Amino acid sequence: MPFYHGLYVLLWAILIPFFLIILFLTFKANYLNYLVTPYLSEETISLGSDEIIYVKSFLINNISNLNNLINSGFISEADSNSLIEKYQNSRLISFISVIVLSIVLSFVSYRKLSVRFDARRRVESILKFIFFIFSTLAVLTTIGIIFSLIFETLRFFSQVGFFDFVFGTHWSPQTAIREDQVGSSGSFGAIPLFTGTLLITAVAMSIAAPLGLYSAIFLSQYAKPKTRDFLKPILEILAGIPTVVYGFFAALTVGPFVRSCGEYIGLTVASESALAAGLVMGIMIIPYVSSLSDDVMTAVPLSLRDGSLALGATQAETVKKVIIPAALPGIVSALLLAISRAIGETMIVVMAAGLAANLTANPLSAVTTVTVQIVTLLVGDQEFDSAKTLAAFALGLMLFVITLALNVFAMIIVRRYRERYE
Amino acid sequence: MNKNFSKRHKAENRFKAYGFFSLILAATMLAIIVGSMIYRSIPAYTNYTIDLEINMTEISLEDGIDDINYRGIIRSSLFSFFPEVQSRSDKRKLFKLISSSATYTLRDFVRENPSYIGKKFYFNVLFTDDSDLFYKGYVDISLPEDERRLDNKEITWLNQLDGTGLVKNKISKNLFLNGDSREPEVAGFWGATIGSLITITVTLLLSFPIGVLTAIYLENFAIKNRITDFIEVNINNLAAVPSIIFGLLGLAVFINFFGMPRSVPLVGGLVLSLMTLPTIIIATRTSLQSVPPSIREAALAMGASEMQVVFQHLLPSAMPGILTGTIIGLARAFGESAPLLLIGMVAFIVDIPATFTDPATALPVQIYIWADSPERAFVAKTSAATLILISLLVLINLAAVLLRKRYEVKW
Repeated sequence: MPFYHGLYVLLWAILIPFFLIILFLTFKANYLNYLVTPYLSEETISLGSDEIIYVKSFLINNISNLNNLINSGFISEADSNSLIEKYQNSRLISFISVIVLSIVLSFVSYRKLSVRFDARRRVESILKFIFFIFSTLAVLTTIGIIFSLIFETLRFFSQVGFFDFVFGTHWSPQTAIREDQVGSSGSFGAIPLFTGTLLITAVAMSIAAPLGLYSAIFLSQYAKPKTRDFLKPILEILAGIPTVVYGFFAALTVGPFVRSCGEYIGLTVASESALAAGLVMGIMIIPYVSSLSDDVMTAVPLSLRDGSLALGATQAETVKKVIIPAALPGIVSALLLAISRAIGETMIVVMAAGLAANLTANPLSAVTTVTVQIVTLLVGDQEFDSAKTLAAFALGLMLFVITLALNVFAMIIVRRYRERYE
Repeated sequence: MNKNFSKRHKAENRFKAYGFFSLILAATMLAIIVGSMIYRSIPAYTNYTIDLEINMTEISLEDGIDDINYRGIIRSSLFSFFPEVQSRSDKRKLFKLISSSATYTLRDFVRENPSYIGKKFYFNVLFTDDSDLFYKGYVDISLPEDERRLDNKEITWLNQLDGTGLVKNKISKNLFLNGDSREPEVAGFWGATIGSLITITVTLLLSFPIGVLTAIYLENFAIKNRITDFIEVNINNLAAVPSIIFGLLGLAVFINFFGMPRSVPLVGGLVLSLMTLPTIIIATRTSLQSVPPSIREAALAMGASEMQVVFQHLLPSAMPGILTGTIIGLARAFGESAPLLLIGMVAFIVDIPATFTDPATALPVQIYIWADSPERAFVAKTSAATLILISLLVLINLAAVLLRKRYEVKW
């Protein structure tokens, strides 16, 4: 099998050098940072951390351009020359090491080849190993999420107390520029954010749960195949509309509409009310509830349904007293998943909910949510050490934990209470 | 007994009506969303323009094409309609009625056609968004003067210009062909669309091979043990993680730890591919499972190795399902904006990106940026971009449905 013999050599020649290249690229930024650090002038260092970061990034971006380095004035000519030399040397070393490794490995593997050599099995076990590496990527992502969130959150808690964050009722992350300004420290009480999120989620679920469930019941129990073919795509399109479109719709149409309705009956409604954002989010979630509960209701065995109908129950009675109880764990888990989606939803609330953190349960007032604050704290340029940006990661961690808990809980409910039918 | 019957039947009918009613309500909301977008986008597709008489008779090529005072030429041409306007502030006001882009479009035109120097010709320039909205009838003249964007003087001028017969309503090419701009009449979503396409290409190139290979491993090679169980649970959980968390991951890991640049499609694509991976893995596994075991057993019996079975038999049979799942996952990534906001793809970018590392934004993010802009004309632009986004997504999903219908093998 010449194909497998060739492939065997090729894999050895490419694979490990390839990992080496990835390793180099991964640590390139850190290495460059380390490389330029000794070349910072005393003047730069005396100007504080912002200047250091700026000069460093300038040096890194222009590291192969001698003229730019000298003209910038950050670094003397002799230093520039030695910096460029170091940089080029390290590049050469990494390049040569990759090439040499590749040649050596291909030579070694080539020597192994013979007529009796079972290349196919070797190649396949190598490939299997590569596949395994790929499959761990999902785990790596999770680990990446957890570690990056926890790491930044710990840094946040070194600046702001844990209890101030979790149980504080006042949220105003603006840290003042001057030390002596009023409210210069900023306060990071997350309670108003969570109540705001819950309020909007509650509004959304009070729309999505009944509408979604009734849609699912109609589609799975009443609709004739033709009507089903016609009505189901409507829900699928609703599910496919990007959230930014819902957000725009909420901000432009629903918000003013809710407001003028409220004024008509004599209520004062904030222009960015929780009600408007919640209503639109509810519409967005209808398809999730309906498609998940549709699946579990169709999974209830026909014999149960037919038995109930044969005993003289009407369709509605069958649905209420037989199908829904049988499908209940699935329905509950569908609702939990929908709630987790509503909590993590970002664009609708960013565009249609407010920024002011009000601690209120009144859906007509403006509230803010966890996701809105994450976006507001992180969009735009910001330095990475302030409590303000780190707070976003702390919020992200709490969001991650809550949604994860909801998902796991939904899974447990299904596993535990699902009726098994033979 | 009869009474009870009719009561139960009424309950039955009520129940059925509730179900029907909720579906109709969902359909109505869909219609309202799409309808309101269509209605609001109407002013975006055209732009009022005016043919100005450009007098270049006193200019010769020796002056240097870039040194010509294009602004002055346009000004004098515009002012020739209103000999009575003399004060400087009025002149400035008058000049503000046409788009500031006029100067640049004239310059570009003369650069490409130097033969026009020394001649008199008509040149078509855009009005600003406010004048444009006035011509389209969106300015309420009955309002008191200080509540309008245009005062009485400007409205008289615009009406006078309309009387010359040189004012025309033209299809707005800028909307479809330009990048972003601070001037609504110049801004377009082409730059954002290209940014989206580059981002999605990165996502496809990364998530498709990795997702398919992961699924193959889990489905065909993995020995059931703790590690593979853990990987499976992980993948299912990742599918339900809010998208904004992936943005936080991208910011902390790719930008801060690995030092990748902000606002580039490469990082956007990386983040979106992590988000799409679970969808592709789950779709691939489902379609691999639906291939009947007889095919696999037959191939094994003929002496094929495990790897040959997978790549020569299972994968080709499962391909339609895999591709459908991939397309649906990519469609979702295409409409996603929250994680892109966090990695800086929300910047104001005029140039149309060309490579993986050019600063870029994406179509959904462009919608977000425009929706935040105070100018009224951006409402129409945003609605138009929204419609384009929705129709692109419908097309992509339609492609997935057709693919499934055309190639799906029923075993």
